[in-house]
Amino acid sequence: MNVLLREDGLQPWADKKVAPQLCIRNVVKTFDGFTAVNDVSLDIYRGEFFSLLGGSGCGKTTLLRMLAGFEFPDRGGISVDGLDLLKLQPYERPLNMMFQNYALFPHMNVAKNIAFGLRNEGLGPDEIEKRVKKSLELVQLEAFAERKPNQLSGGQRQRVALARALVKRPTVLLLDEPLSALDKKLREATQFELINIQKQVGVTFIMVTHDQDEAMAMSTRIAVMDKGRVIQVGEPREIYEYPRSRFIATFIGSINLLEGPVVDCGADGSRVDCAQWGGPVRVAQDLTALSGHHVAIGVRPEKIRLARADEFAFTADNIADGVVKEIAYLGDSMLYRVQLPSGLLVKVAAQNLGVWFSADEPVRIGFDASAGVAIDK
Amino acid sequence: MSGEPIFSNAQTRSFGRFLTVAIPYAWFITFFLAPFLIVAKISLSTAATAIPPYEPLVGWADDGALVLTLHIANYKLIFSDSVYLIAYASSLRNAAVTVIFTLLLGYPLAYFIASRSAKWRAPLLMLVMMPFWTSFLIRVYAWIGILKPNGVINSTLIWLGVIDKPLEILNNQFSVYLGMVYAYLPFMVLPLYSHLEKMDWSLLEAANDLGARPARVFREVTLPLSMPGIVAGSLLVFIPAVGEYIIPTLLGGPDTLTIGAALWNEFFSNHDWPVASTVAVALVVLLVGPLMILQRQQGTGGHP
Repeated sequence: MNVLLREDGLQPWADKKVAPQLCIRNVVKTFDGFTAVNDVSLDIYRGEFFSLLGGSGCGKTTLLRMLAGFEFPDRGGISVDGLDLLKLQPYERPLNMMFQNYALFPHMNVAKNIAFGLRNEGLGPDEIEKRVKKSLELVQLEAFAERKPNQLSGGQRQRVALARALVKRPTVLLLDEPLSALDKKLREATQFELINIQKQVGVTFIMVTHDQDEAMAMSTRIAVMDKGRVIQVGEPREIYEYPRSRFIATFIGSINLLEGPVVDCGADGSRVDCAQWGGPVRVAQDLTALSGHHVAIGVRPEKIRLARADEFAFTADNIADGVVKEIAYLGDSMLYRVQLPSGLLVKVAAQNLGVWFSADEPVRIGFDASAGVAIDK
Repeated sequence: MSGEPIFSNAQTRSFGRFLTVAIPYAWFITFFLAPFLIVAKISLSTAATAIPPYEPLVGWADDGALVLTLHIANYKLIFSDSVYLIAYASSLRNAAVTVIFTLLLGYPLAYFIASRSAKWRAPLLMLVMMPFWTSFLIRVYAWIGILKPNGVINSTLIWLGVIDKPLEILNNQFSVYLGMVYAYLPFMVLPLYSHLEKMDWSLLEAANDLGARPARVFREVTLPLSMPGIVAGSLLVFIPAVGEYIIPTLLGGPDTLTIGAALWNEFFSNHDWPVASTVAVALVVLLVGPLMILQRQQGTGGHP
């Protein structure tokens, strides 16, 4: 997880005294009656690696394009460092974008591609050359300055696109699915490279992605979008551990939802009467505010423990008996689906420690009160 | 059916391949290369009162020797007689002006169509091609009706009181240019459109994003990337425009002289087939240069 290093350990979005660098206020954008972005407000802080995460058509790319200036919102405001972006054309904005397909100019070599943006700034040829050289060093492509884009690999092109955008010294860099054109192995290596480069240059990064693993691994914070709205903003851990809605719970990672009314609540924990589980489910949260409401308790598969029914070897706040129905062998872990007497299939992920269960084997599963999180929407 | 896989044997397949290539070649050899060689042959002869009206190249001398007589006088003639030089110059000028104006008009049009959403492009392209639905000759005659002294333009302007005597806009160089630009515009728009449409438009956004104003984006990104389309369109217009006969004849003035008109005169007025053939051969030679540029340019797959 990517965090901003501060001496007090407090992240800027938690510090009321820090003003956000980029403010998006109630932005609405419609295309032919289709609302692509619906009343979105976000505060993004200097030095953040902020991700807009969502499926296709959720509005994340439209929002990014409005920041770059390729689309103008119907309503709302966008400002960077107090500068009203909506008064500026794309070529006047202090933001730069790295395009999904990189959009390198095919008729220019790498050095000319990178110099393109500098030639608008009234810099002398020596200064331009110096800055191009420095940015080629930053992305380790010094030897490729004379190559044309079609003579580069996908990873090299990606780095040229990054260098071309960063050489302009933008206050905010926008990245549209920066890793989607790379193969899996290269993608993982590039994730860390991007984070390192961002720390080096200290520029705020705003990334659009549909890949939750990518967003989790790289971001300081994530805004999850669906149908044009931002439905949750938070640090990766916050979003994973405390999803605010069923959509987010199921969109980010895998989760079991145990449904029922809140029956008993207090500061030391609450109970939800879940018929499917076969009894009350205890959670550590104080659900007084939701007393009597129907909620779902979300439990991540890796937080559920599993043992043979006859050699029960753990204690847990919530325990149920079931039968192993489905097994997926993933190498580093095993994924089981355990059927409870009510018929509910519970997903359980077990680290591969050499203990394997077979189909139709009776097992006992359990999880602690702290592992469950109530989701009421 | 026995379920046995059916393999076409290699011989039938290669014969089929031979045939698909041979037919168009046979077509071109029979209807282009052979006639051209005949024309080239006639150009090396001299006119005669005979049928056909030229001296044979091969004949028997008195002593029984087989004699091949090649006259190059016709070539000397067309390079020395100012009539032909003027005809070539004016044909080249007509073609060049046509290329320039079809490019100036066609580029924005092609750009406009290519930048529309997919659903608008087909109908807009259809509009560009619509003139082809009417006979070329009728369209040229229609221009006469529009441009003549009591035509649509003049009578409207007089009725509006803008002018009090008709403008002389027919049967001069202006009407020739107008007619040619009109007739050749689609040949410029279509190749330009196909190259602009293939262009990656995110490149323009990228240039814009990197701080380039629209004029610089056009100059440094759009224009260089559409250069293959400009070359293709220009040649597609230039090559037939050099040999254009109908438009200058119908819309031009009495002094309008083109290669096409020179050819017509030699063939039908002077019955001098050899000179006419020489004019035709020289025209082909003149056009081989641009054609080779086109070949080269297409050979490089669109990237200059």
